[in-house]
Amino acid sequence: MADREFVKFGQNIVTTQELLAQGHNFCTGCGEALAIRLACKAVGENMIMNMATGCDEVCTTPLPVTSWRIPWMHTLFENASATISGVEAGLKSLMAKGKMPERDIKCVAVGGDGGTSDIGLQALSGALERGHDFLYLCWDNEAYMNTGIQRSSSTPYGASTTTAPAGKVSIGQTSWKKNMVEICAAHNIPYTATACPSYYLDLMKKVKKGAEVKGPAYIHILSPCPTGWRYPSNMTVEIGRLAVQTGIFPLYEVENGRYRLNADPPELKPVREYLKLQGRYRHLTDGEIERIQQRVSEEYTRLKEKAACFPA
Amino acid sequence: MAQEKLRTAYDFTWRDMEVGNIVTEAGNASLRRTGDWRSERPVIDKEKCSRCGRCWIYCPDGAIKIIDGGYYEPDLYYCKGCGICANICPVAAITMIEEEEI
Amino acid sequence: MSKRVALEASHAVAEAVKMADVDVISAYPITPQTHIPERLAEMVANGELKASYIPVESEHSALSACLGASSVGARAFTTTAGQGLELMHEVVYVASSMRYPVVMVICNRALSAPISVWGDHSDVMACRDTGWIQVFCENNQEAFDLTLWAFRVGEDSRVLFPVMVNLDGFTLSHVIEPVFLPEQSEVDRFLPKFNYPFALDPDRPMTHGALGLPDLYSEAKVAQEVAFRKSTGIILQGWKEFGDIFGRYYCPVESYKAEGAKTLLLTMGSYSETAKVTVDERQAKGDSLGLLRLRLWRPFPFEELRQAVKGVETVIVFDRCISFGMGGPVFSEVKSALYGEEPRPKIVGIVGGLGGRDMSAEDFGYVIDRGKEIAEKGSDRILEVVGVRGEMVSIRGQ
Repeated sequence: MADREFVKFGQNIVTTQELLAQGHNFCTGCGEALAIRLACKAVGENMIMNMATGCDEVCTTPLPVTSWRIPWMHTLFENASATISGVEAGLKSLMAKGKMPERDIKCVAVGGDGGTSDIGLQALSGALERGHDFLYLCWDNEAYMNTGIQRSSSTPYGASTTTAPAGKVSIGQTSWKKNMVEICAAHNIPYTATACPSYYLDLMKKVKKGAEVKGPAYIHILSPCPTGWRYPSNMTVEIGRLAVQTGIFPLYEVENGRYRLNADPPELKPVREYLKLQGRYRHLTDGEIERIQQRVSEEYTRLKEKAACFPA
Repeated sequence: MAQEKLRTAYDFTWRDMEVGNIVTEAGNASLRRTGDWRSERPVIDKEKCSRCGRCWIYCPDGAIKIIDGGYYEPDLYYCKGCGICANICPVAAITMIEEEEI
Repeated sequence: MSKRVALEASHAVAEAVKMADVDVISAYPITPQTHIPERLAEMVANGELKASYIPVESEHSALSACLGASSVGARAFTTTAGQGLELMHEVVYVASSMRYPVVMVICNRALSAPISVWGDHSDVMACRDTGWIQVFCENNQEAFDLTLWAFRVGEDSRVLFPVMVNLDGFTLSHVIEPVFLPEQSEVDRFLPKFNYPFALDPDRPMTHGALGLPDLYSEAKVAQEVAFRKSTGIILQGWKEFGDIFGRYYCPVESYKAEGAKTLLLTMGSYSETAKVTVDERQAKGDSLGLLRLRLWRPFPFEELRQAVKGVETVIVFDRCISFGMGGPVFSEVKSALYGEEPRPKIVGIVGGLGGRDMSAEDFGYVIDRGKEIAEKGSDRILEVVGVRGEMVSIRGQ
């Protein structure tokens, strides 16, 4: 399906510039590192990035070194959206008052699922509502990975984490993944989307679009994690593809309220193919997998119906 | 790459700390040899390689170099040996071999 | 030529923010600070003040947004009180350790529970360790002056620390007094443009807020403390420059009729004015009594305090906060600062004015009398309080 995108990529889309310098501390085969690397290529060096505490921040800036070749700031776990609001407002004010020459600097706030959908949700909602001109990128590895694989509201149903482990009387995560894209779209922002680094061109186009749109944009990026999801490090791209091909993580955009499904295979692969590759789902019975399959199919159908309301 | 000396924490007294612990040298992490991490390394067979560039684009560490003729070569200074490149190469031109003891 | 205007202290603060040409205001309303963000919003809406006004959704985001603004070289201001200050508590530390010269005006408010919107010092006492330059105002003129001065000192490239300006909630924030407002040209002479040396800029990428592993964290903290202590020099210089331009000179420890006094009452904030009335009354009766007011709270004015109590027999410290299990915090710190003095005065602590409880001149009379009594005979009470109904428990438990 999506393999059709992988023709020789255009050099004018993918720059060879590495704004995330090599030598960082991300785990071997980290999907988040890949997502960050691609996103930086898409936005370009003319940005200021504010990052929440998480794998991304810890792995890229162990004093006295930094992997960042862009202006970068980290303060706390839950306030990347708040600090970027200040950056954006500060730049606007300085330029309006002639204290700084007018230029187009992209304001980008980033965080993991913890810093976005849990502790960071308030600040994100505030920034989206106020309509600051910024892009928010969420690297979703579906748990608080950096502190030791603890559950988040983005952890999928049935996944085992250290604070919601599978056990004799528990299936692991008993709630379904919080839908951040719908929450952000409900703020009536110009652009919301999902992306996956396994579909690098789609991801980069969306990130570029989000950076260029006037007003807030939110992109939710699936970031497969070999350490936390328990799969061999070489499978990151493959697992990301399966997440999309099974309908578990559909690729879609909501642009000014209009839904568009970016990839709609004629038949979705069974979710089992995705789940069986990951140790965090190893405990699931056939019945539970069936339950997940049903829910995924239902939600995918609903998404298709929404997209059908907005003909191309 | 590794031209200047990599400074570690132990090279800093409290007087050497920058105001606010700000790091003014962009990207100085590139002095760190993360290649020390790996237990396997990728080998690219130039004969089979179609120069599609997927290995370069999919490396989380940016540890594939673009070389003459549009071919690709692992950057062993940084390569952590994750094996993604070997896994996704559409023409199976990349194999992972065990890192040898020196 | 400055003009004399009747202004509520909150509005005087807003005037100072306007004259300082602040670039970003990011604040969340909370009693009793609300008149400040309201007045500022009005100024921005009318075009009187050209600033980005961010109506944030919480105090945590209020200060966070100021950090973001500061990081790109914008002059940032916020204001809060009580619970709001505690909600942003973790951000307060970060502002100092990342060296962003944000200015924050606090309308000191009591802390829950029970919920109280009225004034005392418990909110700011929780921020003693945060590394902010902190001053306490007594009147509306100081509220205006110290807000302006705060930008000058915090932004000095030898300082680069955030500054807290404290106003007592309601008893100062909501009081109307005449205030001398300077000419804008005078303000511009005093306060240079903010020139942040580490501004985030794509042309010179820098990393702010890296991870401090154990092998470097200690060095980072020592560097911060050394720089913080050294900022006293620029604090004093800032006050001298202020006086030279505006005619009002400020100092870390203000003495009121303390020349040759045997007993000193030590206060902070606006209740000092009432205490001064008591001092006048007592002096008229022949008491050897004066008043010290701590204007500068952090960095603690060790030298000035030690100098001010030379030859004094008794210092009575009045606190508007209880540090549970320890007593009055200012009392503890003054005792600690004077411990090494040879000879050292007797130091007594009395707590009052909690949660907006008023203090009259008589109440301060009690503080002085009881303070002298304790200095002479000691006390077996677990806490000395004024204006609180009910007998105090002795340290033996009754």
